[in-house]
Amino acid sequence: MKKGVMRTGHIQIRVLDLDEGLAHYRDRLGLLEMDRDDTRVFLKGWTECDKYSVVLREADEAGMDFLGFKVDSDARLDELRADLEAAGYATEELPAGDLPDCGRRITFVAGTGHRFELYADKVSTGRHGVGHHNPEAWPEDLKGMKATRFDHALLYGEDLASVYTLFTDVLGFWLSEQAMDGEERIAQFFTCSMKEHEIAFIKQEGNTGAFHHASFYLESWQDVLHAADIISMHDISLDIGPTRHGLTHGATIYFFDPSGNRNETFCGGDYFFPDHPVTTWDAEQLGKAVFYHTRELNERFLTVTT
Amino acid sequence: MGHRITVDNAGESFECPPEKSLLSGMESQSKKAIAVGCRGGGCGYCKIRILSGEFETKKMSVKFVTHEEQAQGFALSCRVFPRSDMSVIAIEEIQSGNPYAKKNVTSKIS
Ligand code: FES
Ligand SMILES: [Fe+2]
Repeated sequence: MKKGVMRTGHIQIRVLDLDEGLAHYRDRLGLLEMDRDDTRVFLKGWTECDKYSVVLREADEAGMDFLGFKVDSDARLDELRADLEAAGYATEELPAGDLPDCGRRITFVAGTGHRFELYADKVSTGRHGVGHHNPEAWPEDLKGMKATRFDHALLYGEDLASVYTLFTDVLGFWLSEQAMDGEERIAQFFTCSMKEHEIAFIKQEGNTGAFHHASFYLESWQDVLHAADIISMHDISLDIGPTRHGLTHGATIYFFDPSGNRNETFCGGDYFFPDHPVTTWDAEQLGKAVFYHTRELNERFLTVTT
Repeated sequence: MGHRITVDNAGESFECPPEKSLLSGMESQSKKAIAVGCRGGGCGYCKIRILSGEFETKKMSVKFVTHEEQAQGFALSCRVFPRSDMSVIAIEEIQSGNPYAKKNVTSKIS
């Protein structure tokens, strides 16, 4: 958190059918429906304190509209906006309330074609069901996979070099992990917290603004297996898993929402402090880096995006 | 009983019941004629061109099949439900792909 960016705070995902999308994220992933407007539904994981972290919008195509990072104060928004402008990014300010119960947002587009935004304020509703005063361990009314929080996103694009500078220099993230093909960085994982990654990018030539997955945190490997059971019980489109990644070492399972957007639920893995060395994987070891057990790359995981 | 779906350029055919998408019908018979991606109409991986037959579709991502293309018979096979026997062509892998991906993809049509 070199420059006040605290975490990946929210993501707006396009779905082809809002009711189908909502049923998936609420009843299968176990997110809580917090609000609605004319075109969108707002959800969050039960441990998240802010009112929502996932926004679903019905559209003619799947994919990600934008990813928002929460910063530690309103004053930071002006500082970071000036830094973005100085680095050549065209920024725009969206007024408070443009997203319900959220303060003003600074929005811009990265070199990979992804739209990002910064905000400082959102209504806090606290931890669902347990609150913050002598709280019980967990609420008893959770559904499906009981996802605890929206954790991170992985995006695909071509111009990884400019995104590296954007996240490290301009936004004050740290590079935690990378995959290198000789001198070229083909995967880059960034964090601004103790999480091993808040956001990651993988290089894919000819692809812009592509959405690979939104990831949700579970407490244990048993919960990952439970998520796998839910996937089978409801005939959800499975991508791969349960397995473990070499990169970040999280235990994971990947699947698709009814509009083809990839989701991940995972547990465990590495953690980060600013004095940690960067972890590097070589391109020759990429199979093991991505799927630690089979050590084989999977065509669908590497190329399918929305 | 299902309808017979022929994937012309893969030299492959399979039975598909009307309640299943072409892609899901193909997968349930362990055939590999069309590339399997998200199975939700969002990624464009399973794109086909329909040559003949009756069918119904569910909404498909316009990023991968424009309305014009739909009018020309292009579709995402995970969103196409057969109403008669059909004949289709599997489109070659649509995304240029990651250079680090394995190249021997069984579903790739050449
Ligand atoms: S498999 Fe993704 S659109 Fe059909
Ligand atoms: Fe992930």
